[in-house]
This record gives sequence, structure tokens and C-alpha cells, in this order.
Amino acid sequence: MIADALHLLNRLGRRTVMAVDALGYAAGLLGEAVGFVVSGRRRGQPVRLQAVVEQMRQVGVDAIPIVLLLSFTVGLMLAIQFIATLREFGAQSQVVLAVAKSVTREFGVLITGILVAGRSGSAFAARIGSMSVSQEVDALGVMGIDPVRYLVAPALLAMLVMLPVLTVLADAAAILGAAMYSAPMLDMSVQTYLTQTLSQLTPRDVYEGLAKSIVFALLITVIGVATGFSVTGGAEGVGRATTRAVVLSITALIVADMVFSFFLNR
Amino acid sequence: MNETNAPLIEVVGLEAFYGRRRILHGVDFSVNRGEIRVIMGGSGSGKSTLLRHIIGLQRPVSGTVRILGVDVGRAGAQELLAVRRKLGVSFQGGALITSMSVGDNVALPLREHTQLDETTIRIMSRLKLEFVNLGGFHDLMPSQLSGGMIKRAALARAIVMDPELLFFDEPSAGLDPVVSAELDELILRLRDALRMTIVVVTHELESAFRIADRITVLDQGDILTTGTVAEVRASENERIQDLLHRRPRSVEVDVDDYLRRLTEEDA
Ligand SMILES: Nc1ncnc2c1ncn2[C@@H]1O[C@H](COP(=O)(O)OP(=O)(O)O)[C@@H](O)[C@H]1O
Ligand SMILES: [Mg+2]
Repeated sequence: MIADALHLLNRLGRRTVMAVDALGYAAGLLGEAVGFVVSGRRRGQPVRLQAVVEQMRQVGVDAIPIVLLLSFTVGLMLAIQFIATLREFGAQSQVVLAVAKSVTREFGVLITGILVAGRSGSAFAARIGSMSVSQEVDALGVMGIDPVRYLVAPALLAMLVMLPVLTVLADAAAILGAAMYSAPMLDMSVQTYLTQTLSQLTPRDVYEGLAKSIVFALLITVIGVATGFSVTGGAEGVGRATTRAVVLSITALIVADMVFSFFLNR
Repeated sequence: MNETNAPLIEVVGLEAFYGRRRILHGVDFSVNRGEIRVIMGGSGSGKSTLLRHIIGLQRPVSGTVRILGVDVGRAGAQELLAVRRKLGVSFQGGALITSMSVGDNVALPLREHTQLDETTIRIMSRLKLEFVNLGGFHDLMPSQLSGGMIKRAALARAIVMDPELLFFDEPSAGLDPVVSAELDELILRLRDALRMTIVVVTHELESAFRIADRITVLDQGDILTTGTVAEVRASENERIQDLLHRRPRSVEVDVDDYLRRLTEEDA
């Protein structure tokens, strides 16, 4: 009995130590990457613009179609639900406000974050993981090319720029999706719906989403690359790490989102 | 300070562990300027581990490693990067960057560390590819190369900055005898033509005898001897003779150790 309990406690202790270790490691990586962005050039380890642009294309531009499509769909879905619910109170016209606020503050950035975590968080983990396994990361190191500067910093910069951009696009697509359904239901033109949306939105609504998108960008990048660098155990290890990166980063996004919403809407 | 006579590599009392397993047992090792040193030993004897410590990929638990006068275990990140620009490493599996063509792989150190213009970089990297007999292959991707070609491309990348010190892990492992002999020729030419100091890790006797100025024999984490080819061949050490004549090693079992391994809960 006692032995079992001790064993369990022991395991729990080890797990906790491992989790704290991993957090420390991820924070260290983030710090290093930011360091290279700030002072890499002075130290002879510049973050290359070309690499950043290439990453921006991969994490940002290439994701635009799917982000637009999903956001549009979610916007439409929200409109259907809101109208059905609000109709019961005879407050159908409030759908404009409800959609505008919930999309800009919450759904636009969350959909974008989850999509990018699935696309790019996994790509970071897979790329760095397979490079670790094949000693490419070691090779970069001994060539005097810091792997964090070369692999992590461009990804981080690209994510910090592109996630807010994608979020704004997602907001627009979702509101348009909602307009497509709501406008006919409210006997107004799509154009009127959009004008009303703009007049009811405050800058703060949009900022809330954008602030979240910055935090999401940090989380997705750090979790992806940290998981990648920690890969052991060959190709199978890379596969496991990829899955782990996606699950971990989506979990982190949702928890962070909840915390954010709680504090910003008190 | 006497630059020319100081050893380029000086390892003293190096201990290495993976988890609790002791891999290197107080290794002392030094290499002089201009020699080709072969680290020879059976598979799993700790050759790659020693190499990883020398090039600073792993920090010693105890003992010191100095290369080109810098204490690798205590050097700061900046100092380590500066030293690494003066050495070239060809890894066991090549470690070419898979997403880049062979030419870009070889050009990578030049692009990162020099201000040379693109034309010069292209010419210099193609010269090195020619040197390793891979002229005309710069557009291929690493996945399109054979084992021998990967080793040669990795060698070209390792020497593109004209390093003072070159490390080569298992140049002939998994290659047919002809290709492996070609690589040995290349290594000899690098010392003679470019005056490099070269450390080669290998478990292939033939290749070791062909290229070595001196051989260090490593066995299960201990250095058995260091000497010229003739000295190693003439060694009286039983383990060395086992290695030279490909005899299976006679395993002696320590009863206490054996029982502990069987009963221990977690390693
Ligand atoms: N990353 C690692 N984790 C745990 N053990 C390792 C690791 N790398 C090597 N080893 C062990 O260390 C010993 C020496 O390995 P290595 O230096 O690669 O030998 P060699 O290059 O001489 O074949 C082997 O027994 C190997 O199993
Ligand atoms: Mg090895």
C-alpha cells in the first residue's frame, strides 16, 4: 500500500520535474531566439531576411486560402446560431453586434491559431526533429551556425508578423460569412450589414484578438521547435514529436485564450 | 608561447556518461599540427563520443578538452563559434542539410561567414566539389546521392572554409573497398596539399593503416595505446591483437556486477 503510494508519488515528482525542465528549456529557447533577433548581427550571427520571408510564405501566405475558407464557414455558422437564439427574444437585429464582437475577440484568432498550430507547429517540430536525428543540427553547430539563430529566429519572426495578419483576414472572412446569411434574414443588404458591423466595432475589440494572436504565435513556435529539438529515437520519434507539438500547442492556445478572455472581460 | 609545437588538440582525463553509463574512462589524447591521427576501435567503443566532446557538441563531465588553445568545456558561446569556424567536421551519416542542393550545402559556410559575392562563392564551392571528385553534381539533392557521394559531399562542405583541423567520422563505413580507398586518397591529399591536421575515426583496419601517421586505439572507453602503424601492429596488448586479427573478445563476467544488472530496478 504505502509502497504503491510512494511509487506513485515518486512518478508524480519525476513528471513534475520533467515538466518544469521542459518549460525552462522552452523559455530558454525563446530568450535565445529573441536575443538573436535583437543583437545577432552585432555578434556575427545575423537573422537572414531571406529566411524570414521564406518562413512568412510558408506559415502565412500559404495558409491564407484555408484560413479564409474556415473562417467564412464559422462566421456563417455563428450567424445561424445567433439568429436562432436571438429570435426567441425578438432581438434578431442584435446578431450584427454579437457576431462582430465574438469574431474579433474570440473566434477569428482561435480558428487561425488552431489552423496554424496544425500546419506550422507540426512543421517546425517535424523539420527540426528530423534535422536533429540526422545530425544536421549538430552539423550547423560545428559550422559555427547557431541552430537557434538559423532555424528558430526566422520562424519566430515570421509567426509574429503573419499570425496577426491572418487573424485580421479571418475576422473579415468570418464577418462576411455571417453577413451572407444574416443580411437576407434581416431584410438588409450585405453592404448595410457590413457598414453596421464597422460602426459597432471598437478598436479595442480588434486589439483583443491581435494581442491574443501575438501570444499564440509565441506559444506555437516555442512548443513546435522545443519539441523538435528534444526528439530522440529516429523517424518514429519524429512522428511522435509532431503529434505532441500539435496537441500541446492547441491545448496551450485554448488555455491561454481562456485566461485572456477572463482578465480582459472582467 | 610556442605556437608550432603546442598540440592542436589536448584532451586530459575526459570522462563521458550517457545517463549513468560511463562511456569514456579518463581519456588522455593529444594531436600535433600536421598529422593524420586515426582513432580506431570496435563499434560502440566510444569513438564518436570522444569526437563529439572534442568538437564541443557535448561538454565533459570531468576532464578538459582544448582545441586550438581554447578550453571547449568552459568556452562561452561566442568563443566556441569562433573556434568552430576554424574546424571542419564530416559526420558519420554525412549530415547534409536535406532541404538544400549539394552545391548550396557546400556553399553554406561561405554564405554564413564571409562577405564574398555570389560568383566567388559559387566558384569556391565548385572547386571543393571538384576536389572530392563531385564536379558537376552541385544541383543534386542529398537524397539523390549514393553513400560514397554523401561522404564526399560532406567532406567538401567540411573543407570549404579551409579549416586548420578536420574531423572525419567513419569515412569508409558502409562503402565498397574501391570507394573507401578513394576517400583515403582524398584524406592524404588534404594533408599534403592543404597542410591540414586531420582526425579520422574508423573501425576499418585497412583504411586506418593506409592513412594514419599515428593511431590511437580505443576499447570500451579506454585508450589502449597510441603509436605509429608499425608500433600498433607490434603491440603486445591482447585486446589490440584481438582487434587486429578480428578475434571475438573473450568476455569476462564479474559475478557481482552481473547480479546487480539482473536485479536492479531502474538503470
Ligand atoms: N545518445 C546516446 N544515448 C545513450 N547512449 C549512447 C548514445 N550515443 C551513444 N551511446 C552509447 O555509447 C557507446 C559509445 O558509442 P559511440 O561513441 O557512438 O561508439 P562508436 O562511435 O565507437 O561506435 C555505445 O555503447 C552507445 O550505445
Ligand atoms: Mg561512431
